[in-house]
Amino acid sequence: MARRVRGLSDRAIAWLFVGPSIVLLLAVNIFPLIWTINLSFTNFKANRLRDVEYIGLRNYERILTDTDTWNSMQATAHFLFWTIFFQVLIGFALAYLINKKFKGNDLWTTIIVLPMMLSPAVVGNFWTFLYQPQIGLFNYVVEFFTGIDSSSFSMIGDVNLAPWSIVIVDTWMWTPFVMLICLAGLRSIPDSIYEAAECDRASKWRQFWTLTVPMVLPFLMLAVLFRGIENFKMFDLVVQLTGGGPGSLTTLTSIDLKREAFEKWRTGYASAYAVILFVTVFGLASIYVKALNKVKER
Amino acid sequence: MKASKFLMATALTAVAGLGANSASAQSMTLCWAAWDPANALVELSKDFEAQSGIDMEFEFVPWPNFADRMLNELNSNGTLCDLLIGDSQWIGGAAENGNYVKLNDFFTAEGISMDDFIPATVTGYAEWPKGTPNYWALPAYADVVGWTYRRDWFERPELQAEFKEKYGYDLGVPASLEQLKDIATFFQGREIDGKTVYGAAIYTERGSEGITMGVTNALYNYGFEYGNPENPYKELDGYVNSEGAVAGLEYYKALYDAGAAPGSSNWYMGENIDAYKSGQVALQMNFAFIWPGVNADPNVGGDRTGYFANPPGPAGQFAQLGGQGISVVANTDNMDGALAYIKWFAQADVQAKWTEMGGASAMRSVVEAPGFSDAQPYNQAFLDSMAIVKDFWAEPSYASLLLPMQSRVHNYVIAGQGTAKEALDGLVKDWVEVFEDEGLR
Repeated sequence: MARRVRGLSDRAIAWLFVGPSIVLLLAVNIFPLIWTINLSFTNFKANRLRDVEYIGLRNYERILTDTDTWNSMQATAHFLFWTIFFQVLIGFALAYLINKKFKGNDLWTTIIVLPMMLSPAVVGNFWTFLYQPQIGLFNYVVEFFTGIDSSSFSMIGDVNLAPWSIVIVDTWMWTPFVMLICLAGLRSIPDSIYEAAECDRASKWRQFWTLTVPMVLPFLMLAVLFRGIENFKMFDLVVQLTGGGPGSLTTLTSIDLKREAFEKWRTGYASAYAVILFVTVFGLASIYVKALNKVKER
Repeated sequence: MKASKFLMATALTAVAGLGANSASAQSMTLCWAAWDPANALVELSKDFEAQSGIDMEFEFVPWPNFADRMLNELNSNGTLCDLLIGDSQWIGGAAENGNYVKLNDFFTAEGISMDDFIPATVTGYAEWPKGTPNYWALPAYADVVGWTYRRDWFERPELQAEFKEKYGYDLGVPASLEQLKDIATFFQGREIDGKTVYGAAIYTERGSEGITMGVTNALYNYGFEYGNPENPYKELDGYVNSEGAVAGLEYYKALYDAGAAPGSSNWYMGENIDAYKSGQVALQMNFAFIWPGVNADPNVGGDRTGYFANPPGPAGQFAQLGGQGISVVANTDNMDGALAYIKWFAQADVQAKWTEMGGASAMRSVVEAPGFSDAQPYNQAFLDSMAIVKDFWAEPSYASLLLPMQSRVHNYVIAGQGTAKEALDGLVKDWVEVFEDEGLR
C-alpha cells in the first residue's frame, strides 16, 4: 500500500519530485555551460550577423599568451590573497572579542556587521569620496596619524596604492562576514572543554592554540572558501572605485571578462576566457573542499 | 457551462490584447542619456505630443551606463526604444547590424536635406560609411570638447603681473596647448581667497571612454592620425604612433602631472563639472553641453567664467567631437510614429526652440542665424569648436578599438608606466589585431 500511490512506483514518484529540479538545473546551469564551451571554439560575436566559424583552440591560445590577461590574473591573485588574509585575521580577532561577554555586546555586533549590509556599488562610490585627496576622510586620517600631507597622495590614482585601495575597501566591507562565521564556530565550542582544560592547568595561550583554533578551523576554512569564490568574481565594487585603473592595475579578471564579452562583444573569446576561469575556480575549490573535509574528519 | 466560461475568457483576452495594441500604437519611447539636455527634450516633445496625439515616453540612462545599456538593447533586438539618440561612435555597428533604419528615402520623401546641418555633424552623427551619403540618423545634439576658465581669476592684476613675469606673456585665453599647460601649472596649488586651487580638470576616466575623449584633444593637435587617410585600416604604423602623436601623448601626461587636481585620476564629465563649480580649478575640459549650466551657476557663472575652443598645437587645431544623432530603431513597432517624430524634429522652428530650451541644434539656420554667436557668452566658442572637430573610430568594432586605447593611455598618463612611444606602439598592435579579426586587413 505504501509502495504505490495511484499506480505510480516509488522510483516514478522520486523522479516526479526531483525531475523539475533536474530540468531546471540542466536548463540554467548545464546547458549554458555546454553552450559556452561550444562557443569558446568559435569566432562568434553576439552583435554581428556574420557566419560563425570554428577556430579550434585559437581563443585559448590567444588568452593564455596575452600579457593583459596575465596582468589581470595577477591583480586578481593579489586582491584575493590579501583580502582573505586581512579578513580572516581581523574577522577572527573581532569574533574572539565579541565572543567575550561584556556590556553592549549585541550593539557592537550590529555596528560591526553594518558594512556588509550595504550595496557594493554604494560602498565603491562613497569610498571614492573617502579617498579624495582634498576632502577625503581617509586621507585626512592618514595625515592626522602620520603627518603626510593629505593632498600629496591619491589612493586610487597611485600605481603603488591603488591595488591596496581595493583591498582596504573589500576588507572593510566583508570582514564582518568572516567574523560572524568565526563567531558561530566559537560559540559551538562547549564550555565544558575549556573547564576540563582549566582542570588540567592548561594556560590560556595553550587553550587558544590547542582547543579554540582547531575547533574553529573548519568554520574559518568555510569562510575562506566563501570569500575566495566571491572575490574571484569581484566586479561592482572595483568598477565603481577605480574603473580598473590606474592603467590596468586593478582590472580583475571579472572586469576584463565583462569588457571582452559585453563591450568588445568577442563572445567566442570571452567564452573561452570564462571556461578558463571556471576550470581554475572549480579546480581550486575542489582541492580546497577536500582539505576542508579532512580537517572536519580530524 | 465550462464552454461558456472558456469563450468568455477568450473574448476578454482578445479585448485586452486589442487594448494593448491600441495603447502601444499611441505611445512611443525615446531613449537617450540622462542629462540636462534630455530634460529639455522632454519639454520640447510636448509640442509633438500635442500635434500628433502620440504619447512620448522616455528612457534616460546615466552616462557611465548609457553605452552598456543601449548597446545591449540593440544587440539583443530589444523593443524598448522606438527612437534612440545614440552616440556617434555607434553608427557603424548599428548600421551594419541592422539596428537602425536607413533614412535616405524618408529624407528625400519629406524634403529633409543634410545640407541644412553642420557638415561635421552630418559626417559624425548620421553617415555610415563615413563620407558617403548614407544616412542612419538626423543630427540631434551638436557637442564638442572645449574649455571653460575662471575669468575672474585671470583678470586679477596681481596674478596677471606674476604670470607675465614668469612666462613672458599675458595671462588670458591660451593661444596654444603649451600656453594652456603654463596656465594650469601657474594655478596649481595656488592660494586664492584663502583656498588652495589647482590648474585644470581634464578627462582621465578609465572605465568607459573618458581619457580617450580627453587625450585626443592633445593627440590630434600634435599630429596623431587614425591611420593613413588613404588606407586607414592597413596603415596604422607611423600615423597612430608618429613622432607628433608621441609628443601629443607626452604633452597630456605633462599637463596631468603639472596641472591636474590631485586625485583626479578617474575623472570625466561629472567630476570635472563638480571641481570647476566648487572653485577647485582654474580650467576645465568638458563637452560644451555643460556650458549653459556653468553660465547659470551662482558660484562661477556669468562674468566669472569664459569659454574657448581647444587651443592649437604644432600640427593644427582640432577638438574631439561629441554629440549624437537621433535614429529610428529597426525593431520599433511604431515605425510611422518614429518617422513622424524625426520629421517634426527636423523643422527649423523646432530646432530653434530646441536650442532655446537648452538643446544644441546642429541646424545651420539656427547656428548661423544673425545674433546667434552673441546670444550666449559661450556660443562663439561653440561655433569655433564645431569648426575643428574630429571623431574617434565609428566602426562596428569601435568598442574593441576604444578599450585598448583607454588601457594604453591610462597606463602611461595616469599610472606612469612605460613611455608614450611604447603606449602608442602597443595601441597599433591592438588595433591591427582588431582589424585583422574584422577581416579589414
